[in-house]
Amino acid sequence: MRDTKMADLSTPTSILSPGLPEAVREAQSVFRSLMMALARPGTVRRIAVPVQSPGNLSPAATAIALALCDFETPIWLDEDLSSDEAILRYLRFHTGAPVTPDRGKAHFAFVSSGTQMIDFDAFSPGTLEYPDRSATLVVPVDELEEGRGWRLTGPGIASESRLLAGPLHPGFVTALAENRLLFPRGIDVVFVSGDRIAALPRTTAVEV
Amino acid sequence: MYVAVKGGEKAIDNAHRLLASTRRGDPAVPAIGVDQIDGQLGIAVARVMAEGSLYDRRIAALAIKQARGDLIEAIFLVRAYRTTLPRFGYSQPLDTDAMFIARRISATYKDLPGGQVLGPTFDYTHRLIDFALETDADAPEAPAESNEQPAPAPHVTALLDGEGLIERNPAPAVDAVVGDLTREPLSFPADRDLRLQNLARGDEGFLLALGYSTQRGFGRTHPFVGEVRFGEVEVEFFAEELGFAVPLGRIEVTECEMVTQFRGGAGAPPQFTRGYGLVFGQSERKAMSMALVDRALRTREFGEDIDAPAQDEEFVLSHSDNVQATGFVEHLKLPHYVDFQAELGLIRTLRAEHAARRAPDAAEPAERREAAE
Amino acid sequence: MNAPAASGYNFAYLDEQTKRMIRRAILKAIAIPGYQVPFASREMPMPYGWGTGGVQVTASIIGEDDVLKVIDQGSDDTTNAVSIRKFFEKTTGVATTTATGEATIIQTRHRIPEAPLTEGQVLVYQVPIPEPLRFLEPRETETRTMHALEEYGLMHVKLYEDIARHGHIATSYDYPVMVAGRYLMDPSPTPKFDNPKMHRSAALQLFGAGREKRIYAIPPYTDVVSLDFEDHPFEVNRFDTPCALCGASGVYLDEVVLDDRGRRMFVCSDTDHCETRRADGHRGADGDATP
Repeated sequence: MRDTKMADLSTPTSILSPGLPEAVREAQSVFRSLMMALARPGTVRRIAVPVQSPGNLSPAATAIALALCDFETPIWLDEDLSSDEAILRYLRFHTGAPVTPDRGKAHFAFVSSGTQMIDFDAFSPGTLEYPDRSATLVVPVDELEEGRGWRLTGPGIASESRLLAGPLHPGFVTALAENRLLFPRGIDVVFVSGDRIAALPRTTAVEV
Repeated sequence: MYVAVKGGEKAIDNAHRLLASTRRGDPAVPAIGVDQIDGQLGIAVARVMAEGSLYDRRIAALAIKQARGDLIEAIFLVRAYRTTLPRFGYSQPLDTDAMFIARRISATYKDLPGGQVLGPTFDYTHRLIDFALETDADAPEAPAESNEQPAPAPHVTALLDGEGLIERNPAPAVDAVVGDLTREPLSFPADRDLRLQNLARGDEGFLLALGYSTQRGFGRTHPFVGEVRFGEVEVEFFAEELGFAVPLGRIEVTECEMVTQFRGGAGAPPQFTRGYGLVFGQSERKAMSMALVDRALRTREFGEDIDAPAQDEEFVLSHSDNVQATGFVEHLKLPHYVDFQAELGLIRTLRAEHAARRAPDAAEPAERREAAE
Repeated sequence: MNAPAASGYNFAYLDEQTKRMIRRAILKAIAIPGYQVPFASREMPMPYGWGTGGVQVTASIIGEDDVLKVIDQGSDDTTNAVSIRKFFEKTTGVATTTATGEATIIQTRHRIPEAPLTEGQVLVYQVPIPEPLRFLEPRETETRTMHALEEYGLMHVKLYEDIARHGHIATSYDYPVMVAGRYLMDPSPTPKFDNPKMHRSAALQLFGAGREKRIYAIPPYTDVVSLDFEDHPFEVNRFDTPCALCGASGVYLDEVVLDDRGRRMFVCSDTDHCETRRADGHRGADGDATP
């Protein structure tokens, strides 16, 4: 089996927790969950792979990084996550992704909590010509439940769906609304809670 | 009686078996060996390596054998193989000044440091079919070998540059990342690194025709062959863990530097400009065509008008790849009957309406009947 | 590690880095319905124009538990459909089917199955020219700006000129649609008969154009509206007769030439739909004529 992951042999692997034990199958499984979560906003899905996530990074966020990030995708981590050497080492070793301090360059951004104010404007929403050159924001929450909470409408939703995600900073929903106005530019949000995920693409309208 | 078409799978298997036996030809005739292709059809091998974007003589020779001599099919095989190979990084830039020269000619100077080296070339041969080759005549005489240390052969453009007569090659930024259109889809406008990569992989015939068109006035560039050189160069790879570049081996390349139309004016003194071509193996036609087209594509850079096909970046770069081109042209062989049915329906409707318009008298009774009902 | 069915190659042929790159493009495509995401399409072991885009999309989403169906012109048994299905059987070992209802992934060229698709199903289209404006404006630089500015007047002019000349919009397949009210999109060369099936479909629709290096998507339950004019509303192709084999009407039919004296027969283009109906006892005028 060919493995494109370039291992940095100078790093002592013994102190690192392992990545995806069955990388090919599990990366597909994580991606598929995320793909369907994004295609059906408001639905909550389980990331069904065993990961030993480093430090404060949630298992689902870790699985997303392992499945989708590599040397082509700069990652941004908030202060809390980026100050944890174990997280940095883990991501660098298992994904090879460069960790950037520049939010505007990040393809994927991970924060330690949704309760802090997240400055959406600092991330790239892409351009009108290339709206795909935008960031995906991964936000951990304690509660993540479908069927109640916000009222969601937009592509991927038959009539309306409901999603409870929280706790979040009071400015979060406003930021989502402003983000939606940028369409087709904008950032896409993935909520993670333990091993569960839900996603809000930039197209989803959120009513409290 | 109508029987729905069935058995596509079996038909495909049969077609593949037939292809295999056709490829082999008469079993009474010895099979052609990969060594023979590599050794005796070297220019075909070079083309497959160049446009297949993979320097591997054996794979290229095997692909030619498998493709029954269809070079574009062989290039396709090599590309599909290449794309599955792991990638370790990028080599150091080739130093063609240090080439072990087999052939080197300049059209701009009668003689120059390093000299004119004719080497193996079809130039000046009379194109008469050599019937002696039919009967495996005696092996040709081995060429005379010189024990002399070859003189260093600096590039002609460097000689011109010494006098300031030709534009400098722009020095790359220290941390400049060279683009790679096999990893990032091409977007326009494309910089010269990507254009050259595209041309190096591009179809020899397409580039030849475009280069030719610039000579005939569709984007004239006043070209002179500064030089064409062919020989072996060392490939080096910078090993991060060692901290220095290690040699990987030698490859054969053909390089062409065109000295083209000068420019200058208000701010700058007049200077010649450059067109560049580099291909795997010996292919002067491709290297020269590439250099002509490279220069033609630099019109934007020089603020020249873009009015000829060879100057049109999007046109050239989007159509140069013969693997893409042959796939799309040949896909017309695939069934299209669903779409054709839609067109049939439309054209029948339009024709019926047309006929009705042309013959109002004939249509009238029907209308009257309708009105009466 | 997972043992691929065809040794020497990764599961589903593509290497993991390529899959990640394509997966990221798919996620963007879903987030921006109808927008064509550029991706670094790889050379595949089948020719460009023969489904390399669709194959790369399918290879990037498929997992061991998937059930794959591949159709070309609505049929599972056309040579290219067979070839692509065999490719995935060999490189993934997943189960394949011809039954639309059993499939989790359906890769298609030129048709959408007649049976409505369901939630959780993914329809993967093979796309030759992803740019709906390409034949009106050959330059990528220009069409990209038109999409950025939502400047689609050119397409309306073209359709209107059709009406002026022919009395109809003279586009019978590859009929342009607006997705989620924002992007003009090429539905791939499906007959316009199939356009209404794209509208608010329960299935996720993914489009792959390998040679042109573009991926785009329509999420489930998304508005897909065929362009038209108030005085010339969009209409689908209609057939005068039902399927000669299963008697279905309101389905897309293939015209089969029976002899050189002009005898014709019309049968379902969707072979699975036709076979399912006949298994259920439906018969058309020539219903007993086939195996």
